[in-house]
Amino acid sequence: MPALAATAVSKRYGATQALRGVDLDVQDGELLGLLGPNGAGKSTLVKIACGLVRPTGGDVQVCGAPAGSLDARRALGYLAELFRFPGWATAGELLELHQRLAGSSGGDAERAELLDLVGLADERDRRVETMSKGMQQRLGIAQALVGSPRLLLLDEPTSALDPAGRRTVRALLEELRRRGVAVLLNTHLLSEVERVCDRVAIIDHGRLVAAGTPAELGGAETVEVETAAGVRRFPGGREEVPALVARLVAEGEDIFGVRVVRSSLEDAYLAAVAAAAAGGAL
Amino acid sequence: MSAALLVARQALRESLRRRVFAVVLGLTLLFGGLYWWGCSELFKDVSDFGQNDVGLDATSLAGATILGMAMFGTLFLGVVLAVFLTLGAARGDAERGLLQPLIVRPLGRSHYLLGRFLAAAGVSMAYVAMCFAGAVVITGLEGGWWPTNVAGAGLRLVAAVLVMCAMSVLGSVFLSSNANGIAVLMLFGAGLLAGLLGSIGDALGSHTLQRIADTASWILPFEGLYRDALRMLVADVQGVAGAIVQLGPLGGSHDAGPLLLPFAVLYVAGVLAAAAAAFGRKDL
Repeated sequence: MPALAATAVSKRYGATQALRGVDLDVQDGELLGLLGPNGAGKSTLVKIACGLVRPTGGDVQVCGAPAGSLDARRALGYLAELFRFPGWATAGELLELHQRLAGSSGGDAERAELLDLVGLADERDRRVETMSKGMQQRLGIAQALVGSPRLLLLDEPTSALDPAGRRTVRALLEELRRRGVAVLLNTHLLSEVERVCDRVAIIDHGRLVAAGTPAELGGAETVEVETAAGVRRFPGGREEVPALVARLVAEGEDIFGVRVVRSSLEDAYLAAVAAAAAGGAL
Repeated sequence: MSAALLVARQALRESLRRRVFAVVLGLTLLFGGLYWWGCSELFKDVSDFGQNDVGLDATSLAGATILGMAMFGTLFLGVVLAVFLTLGAARGDAERGLLQPLIVRPLGRSHYLLGRFLAAAGVSMAYVAMCFAGAVVITGLEGGWWPTNVAGAGLRLVAAVLVMCAMSVLGSVFLSSNANGIAVLMLFGAGLLAGLLGSIGDALGSHTLQRIADTASWILPFEGLYRDALRMLVADVQGVAGAIVQLGPLGGSHDAGPLLLPFAVLYVAGVLAAAAAAFGRKDL
């Protein structure tokens, strides 16, 4: 049973169709990166998964329970894109509140462990209102991990973090994968996705336009050959280069240079979004 | 229910930590001090009236009048407190991003709203009861005038605040904080004006004005409860003094009948059920 299973999910806000039949699943221990332009429907999908928004159509199950149900909410942790914690509370008090709400019996040890995981071990008694945005974001991740959720939904969790903070979060995500936690990571940072995610799903205009591993999506290789007529591109990799050069020489081409180019996830992302805009959505 | 109590506890904790209660307590003590001083001066002045030709009981008139005004002041302050504690309970907190981390926890949305209501209602009701009791004691000690049905009047006053608190929670589901605060306080003002129209209707014998006030008493029962509380306060003041004090500030005393209090309880339950139903369907 997947930690998250979305089937033909659609959502309409008045005249705006935010999601159009999205199918997506996240397995236990899998880290899925959700990419897409602003307004693509990513946050709506995440909000449907955690029960904040009701879908217009389709079905979303969290660990086998309908999204929004108490059982589903017991199984997940969530960090919203735009969140705020009460400024008067300390980090420890905030986590304690969420432990009570989540029914966690982890107590003091869980709070200490979570603060340590996000690099806030020494800030337990610090009030939220005195923390930087980045520290609050890390505290938000710790809050989402209260009660050892099976599924973690993170909506732009690194948007306010400096490079060191991002590294901390990357290490944390890898640790969560090791523990078997399923993570849906909604982000604009392709480099983060490329580094840590097992799979990537690209959404545009409410549709899933591409899905696969980062290598599958961004790993296509092309051989660029510089000839007298200009640069010519051929599909293939390093292994195809000798035969390709021999064929072109046999055809009478003058070869001035050859290189193998590997497309990045960014290229794949832009291509998928462009294809969707041109009406080629999957 | 335990989740609702947890939310209520958190809301109370926030008010304590943000020194809301300290400010309220300080200003209330100031209000109490001014009231005590006013009572002292008033009863000193009326002590010279003695017997008069029209049979005016000056002490009862002074006591019932100033306590009636204190009752209105207490209701107003209690309503302001209730509204400010709940005006952003749903949509306002969602817009600020405070709500989402809590709502995704295994806690029903209705329990969340109930928790916010319990916290605000508990504080406002205790505040109103305390202020009203304080005003009764000050009036009695300074002027020797004690209303006979303090408990009945106090109960209706507390119920009136409960109604306003429930209305504010319902408004918070649909309106942003500022809009909800304005809307609820304007409804409060509209209800009081309807009561005033009823007093004028009683004085002039205008059935239309009386009907408007009666209808408002059922649509906005806090107004009927307030006028009923005023009636209980001054019921034993006889003669000319009784006729004067029954006019009351912003709506005179009025007997709404025995059904008003149970109706108010059902009204609060209905308003909260409507708020929970609407909140349960709301996209956040």
